[in-house]
Amino acid sequence: MSDIEKSYSPGLATDIEKPIANPGIEPHRIRMTDKSEKHARTAERQIAVMFGVSVVGAIIAIWGFFAFPIVDGDLSATRNNSLWMGLGMALSMFGIGFGAVHWAKTLMPDNEVSEMRHQARSSDETRAQALEIVKLADGESGFSRRKLIRRSMYGALVFFPIPAIIIFGDLGPVVGDTLKHTMWKAGTRLTKDPTGIPIKASDVTIGSVFHVIPEGLSEMEEHKLEEKAKAAVLLVRVNPSDLNEDPAKADWSYQGIVAYSKICTHVGCPVALYEQHTHHLLCPCHQSTFDLANHCEVVFGPASRSLPQLPIAVDAEGYLIAQSDFLEPVGPSFWDIRK
Amino acid sequence: MTSTTDTSTTEAKPGFVGGAANYLDERLSVSAVLKGFGRKVFPDHWSFMLGEVALYSFVILVLSGTFLTFFYQPSMAEVHYDGSYAPLKGAQMSIAYASSLDISFDIRGGLIMRQVHHWAALLFVAAAGLHMLRVFFTGAFRKPRELNWVVGFLLFLMGMGAGFTGYSLPDDLLSGNGLRIIDGMIKGIPVIGTAFSSGFFGGEFPGTEVVARLYSLHIMILPALIIVLIGVHLMMVIIHKHTHYSGPGRTDDNVVGYPLMPVYVAKAGGFFFLVFGVVAAIAATFTINPIWNYGPYDPSPVSAGTQPDWYIGWLDGALRLAPSGWDISIFDYVIPMGVMVPLIVSLLFLALVAAYPFIENWVTKDKREHHVLDRPRNAPTRTAIGAAGVTFYAVLWAGASTDLIATNFQMSLNQVLVAMQIMLLIGPGIAYFVTKRACIALQNKDREVVLHGRETGRVVRLPHGEYIEVHETVDKYELWKLIDYKDYQPVLARPDSNGKISLSNRLRSAVSKIYFEDRIAPVSKAEYELAHADHAPEAVEQKPSRKRKSIDA
Repeated sequence: MSDIEKSYSPGLATDIEKPIANPGIEPHRIRMTDKSEKHARTAERQIAVMFGVSVVGAIIAIWGFFAFPIVDGDLSATRNNSLWMGLGMALSMFGIGFGAVHWAKTLMPDNEVSEMRHQARSSDETRAQALEIVKLADGESGFSRRKLIRRSMYGALVFFPIPAIIIFGDLGPVVGDTLKHTMWKAGTRLTKDPTGIPIKASDVTIGSVFHVIPEGLSEMEEHKLEEKAKAAVLLVRVNPSDLNEDPAKADWSYQGIVAYSKICTHVGCPVALYEQHTHHLLCPCHQSTFDLANHCEVVFGPASRSLPQLPIAVDAEGYLIAQSDFLEPVGPSFWDIRK
Repeated sequence: MTSTTDTSTTEAKPGFVGGAANYLDERLSVSAVLKGFGRKVFPDHWSFMLGEVALYSFVILVLSGTFLTFFYQPSMAEVHYDGSYAPLKGAQMSIAYASSLDISFDIRGGLIMRQVHHWAALLFVAAAGLHMLRVFFTGAFRKPRELNWVVGFLLFLMGMGAGFTGYSLPDDLLSGNGLRIIDGMIKGIPVIGTAFSSGFFGGEFPGTEVVARLYSLHIMILPALIIVLIGVHLMMVIIHKHTHYSGPGRTDDNVVGYPLMPVYVAKAGGFFFLVFGVVAAIAATFTINPIWNYGPYDPSPVSAGTQPDWYIGWLDGALRLAPSGWDISIFDYVIPMGVMVPLIVSLLFLALVAAYPFIENWVTKDKREHHVLDRPRNAPTRTAIGAAGVTFYAVLWAGASTDLIATNFQMSLNQVLVAMQIMLLIGPGIAYFVTKRACIALQNKDREVVLHGRETGRVVRLPHGEYIEVHETVDKYELWKLIDYKDYQPVLARPDSNGKISLSNRLRSAVSKIYFEDRIAPVSKAEYELAHADHAPEAVEQKPSRKRKSIDA
């Protein structure tokens, strides 16, 4: 057992006597380049060739930059300069890398050597001296003795970083009820995403799907994406007899046309995939599946809440309009979603 | 160099190098540094290069990333694209996305640098992860290196963070959906979730702030932390000296290998160029993250089959495998378990990874320094725990591809997902059991080789008609590798001075039993001598009869 092992408790380790003593490092195996100067010279030339190849690679990379200037609308120029600069750089790196490693493996000594370790623990003497310094510093400063200084300093050290945290207070506005409202309101027309063209009820045939945004969203200059992230809707027309509607919400649809929030109630991805024959809506991110025929309740996947329904109606000109905003928050659940 | 040659060189007018060395030494004592480190010994093994790959990938990331900062603009202000990529001409998009397109199409070398940067990032996290596995399975985290394990663990986390923040910078459709998922997760955190989301995005998602904030995280805060942690990591390697695998001449008191100068300077230095070469070659020939195909971020569209970068996959998988309908409601306040279960499970997993060295040491109470690495088979329980952890991670990771698995193999999406959920629960257990048995079988095989030699496959018939297989003894160097390992035994829970057995004592006793009760001890001197006492000179063995003889003797 070594000196290092002796000084510490071995815990649950057993002490089994080894059958043989450590035989020591294996004898060195002589390489061809150790034996013959001819082989060594060959290796030397090989290494030089590799370094030379590296220079060629660098030149290819430079050539790639100048040979393929950007041509508007022509992607082959981009592809070529990227390819040749990349391959040139790779060759240049490989030349140096293989050259250096080959040098080490053929010409530098390959006999293993042993170096002693020392314990991480400082010697008792050093530790005693360190402790002495701490005690001396403590005595000189009165750190332990002068409790008033020490405690008031702790107080100061606790309080001084707080402004550094508070100063980040304006990273974002205080959350009001913005998460619970969208830009839908009574009379807002349902328009196509992204063109903003209003949708006539008569254009929505059975089985068709429309990606919908509220009227006016596509012309917004400010906060367009924030509003869209809440207001996106999926509009589907199914055979009215296939719909199993809540009697209280029977007038939220129009002749089998239903509108549901497109924002997944799990973590907010767009629920963009509609399977016609099952009436299922599928979120491509985490596969939450909602049954459109059954108030978009969750039939599979990690989401827990049904997709909120947008009550719709038809205006005098035959365009689809919202009856109101969503009556419950859209998107992922959060702490005070029901408040 | 002896002092006499020193004087002679100073007298003989040193050349430029000698002069420069003298200049530096007189100001910075570089000779002392060189004397201390120049011949430092590093052991050689392919698995020690994994950490190097991670380090070099990071250097590549800094170099290529610096280039990208000259052209990238972290602004979410809207512009109309007028670069050379025709399909998006005139499209409304953020400046961040437009400048990423410009880097790809309008700046020579921009695309190759973007791809080098992205591939190097994927490699960085992969190499760091494999390096962690190497450290785990060889027990390199044992005293005195526990703290360095924690530093390495933090580096892995930082790597994931740096990767994700960078992935989100182009502000394309794919990464925007990734951010949306992060937003959904943040919002789900009880009490502080929505405020935290507002603080992160500067208001409602997606807002106009987040890309700039991710940029400062990505190019300043996280890289600075990574550089500091790498510095600490390598300092500790210097303090502890590198571990080595058990083998002839290797002990806990020495380190066997090749000197830094010249061998490791050439090998490790050359290896940097090889890693860079591989990354450059891949980046030149394989497209990664073609942001121009995705389009600018828009909260409404999404493409099917979306995948995050590989190192985020396990977290995305956790989100997919989460149970439905477990939401908790307290006084009308909601805790969305579809978010919290994956969060808690992945944080617990990470906590266990970080704490493992301390858990194992609590069981063994082995206070000695360990510098000779374990072969994984010689620590069967640790290896089995590692295999269980890898399986857990792998199932979550595969979970991020449930939709692709279902479509590519034409299976039901729902069944694939349920199968994954089941695998997540039972897979680690199976992996634990199989691995532990495999390790013990390998240890038994090693014992067999030590005691009776290697099977040669040469069958001979003895004069009296019996057939035996000739065994060949292994040489002492090979033998040493097979017998040199640490062995532990379970501890009984003993009463303390009050005659009571404390709960922690009972627990430790139980865990030590799990760890060591079916241990295979290394061959002892007595066993070895007994086995070799009556050997036929040519090491011919008759297994059954020899055993009987040993017992008789």
